[in-house]
Amino acid sequence: MQIYLPIADLPVNVFLVLGMGLAVGYISGMFGIGGGFLMTPLLIFIGITPAVAVATVSSHIAASSFTGALSYWRKRALDVALGMMLLSSGIVGTATGVWLFTELRALDQLDLMIGLSYVTLLTVVGAMMIYESVRAIMRARHGMPATLRRPGSHTWFHGLPFKLRFKRSKIYVSAIPVWAIGFVIGFVGAIMGIGGGFLLVPMLIYFLRVPTATVIGTSMVLTLVTMASATVMHAATNHLVDAVLALILMVGGVIGAQFGARTGQKMRGERLRLLLGLLVFAVGCRFAYELVVKPDDLYSLRYVRSG
Amino acid sequence: MRRLAMALAFIVIVYGAKPATAERLVVSLSNHRVAVTSNFVGEELVLFGTIEPEPIASPLRPPYDLVVTVTGPRQTLRVRRKQRMLGIWVNIDSREFVRVPSYLAVLSNRPVNDIANQDTLRRLQVGLDNFLLPQRIGSDVADTVRDDPFRLSFVRLQTQQGLYRESATAVTFLTSTVFRAAIPMPAAVPTGSYGIEVELFTRGALVARTNSALDVIKTGFEQYVADAARDYGLLYGMATAMMALLIGWFASIIFARD
Repeated sequence: MQIYLPIADLPVNVFLVLGMGLAVGYISGMFGIGGGFLMTPLLIFIGITPAVAVATVSSHIAASSFTGALSYWRKRALDVALGMMLLSSGIVGTATGVWLFTELRALDQLDLMIGLSYVTLLTVVGAMMIYESVRAIMRARHGMPATLRRPGSHTWFHGLPFKLRFKRSKIYVSAIPVWAIGFVIGFVGAIMGIGGGFLLVPMLIYFLRVPTATVIGTSMVLTLVTMASATVMHAATNHLVDAVLALILMVGGVIGAQFGARTGQKMRGERLRLLLGLLVFAVGCRFAYELVVKPDDLYSLRYVRSG
Repeated sequence: MRRLAMALAFIVIVYGAKPATAERLVVSLSNHRVAVTSNFVGEELVLFGTIEPEPIASPLRPPYDLVVTVTGPRQTLRVRRKQRMLGIWVNIDSREFVRVPSYLAVLSNRPVNDIANQDTLRRLQVGLDNFLLPQRIGSDVADTVRDDPFRLSFVRLQTQQGLYRESATAVTFLTSTVFRAAIPMPAAVPTGSYGIEVELFTRGALVARTNSALDVIKTGFEQYVADAARDYGLLYGMATAMMALLIGWFASIIFARD
């Protein structure tokens, strides 16, 4: 069944898009991430322009992270104070990202920027995740306990001023790295159409030593608010959010996420991280391939204005 | 002497002037409004027409050729060319096509190059090769030679999307004076006002022309969404974000039960 997308200005098959929502939702539920880094490339692949894809996916991630955040809220596995702190800078990061997005679109270099950010971010983060999880698996094989949280091991982060105590996460850290992380996630999310969950979770664990109990719930709160505000900002400045496309993606996404979460709970943590690392790395390589290999068509068209 | 002159004048009037005053085109379009709805996957419009007055059947009567040119609302588009820089492919060069038709179909009963000579086609802008596609080059706006790589790529890309086309079989003569032209409207057809130019040729010369018009409009929900996104961006964004939250909330209620 074909449906015409009013903003993307092209007809798509409803079941194809719904299926994509389900598949990405399944993966996002399994790993506790938004799945934007998979959804945006998929939408570009079916012919939606990168700009519309990035803007629309933000609303899809808002929906799936809200479902996630609610269930973590019920389990009390959510640090509201830390979430709010990350948010205050996350919104600034999102606004900066949307502004740069608009500028780059005018300069005709948006597609390149999206491509380059995907390549660098995904290959680097993917490689780091693979390395970390393989080491954890090896350690577990040799009978050593996997210690992610090393109490007492202080980095230079802990010497920074403006210290704050986050009770639920049981951490005492400076506000500066918290703000910086929030800004980076908000910025990257707006430029790349990703929620940044796969970035935020490791950052919170390694830099702030947030315990695993509250990390996913808190990251989902941040993702929710940055992506909801990115939706509003993209709609207000670039008029690129396709509500019909977003609706189909959301419905598929939230259903898929429920089944994914069940699969994810049955798997070992380090195995799950290795799988996610491989997935992230593969998507990064796919983008690198596109930039390096000579394209089939050197020419492309872009709409400037009517009249 | 005077008689001879009158006889000559008579001959001139009867045989010389007749072809120039003869034909008139009467056309009718199957539908003047194409509605783009949620299940729009493209449509074919049909233009019927006759050549009037019907000339007396004569072996001397030259065959007619008919060209229908359909042009969509004007748009400014940019063609970008990728080049390798530091190992990656980047859009380096670009050329702006100023106020060119978003849709352009040249439909005829045989290849346009067989219908008239190059000068005539150029002057009348008949055929994709001869249609005026002005580019901004520096501070100038002008059409280039037809084998300019940007012009060729522009026409090729628009053709791939089904927006530009040249078809030498789309016009069929049902009788020697009644014709039918099929105008294809692809799914990605731009909305707006379209012009239809019908030109009749005989022996390589234009003998009659007429025009018609049609509108492509988004209707119902599509129009509503597109208008809202353009005119009330902020409200539209908030509504979309609210929709996201509602769906997320519904999902958590439905799936929390089991």
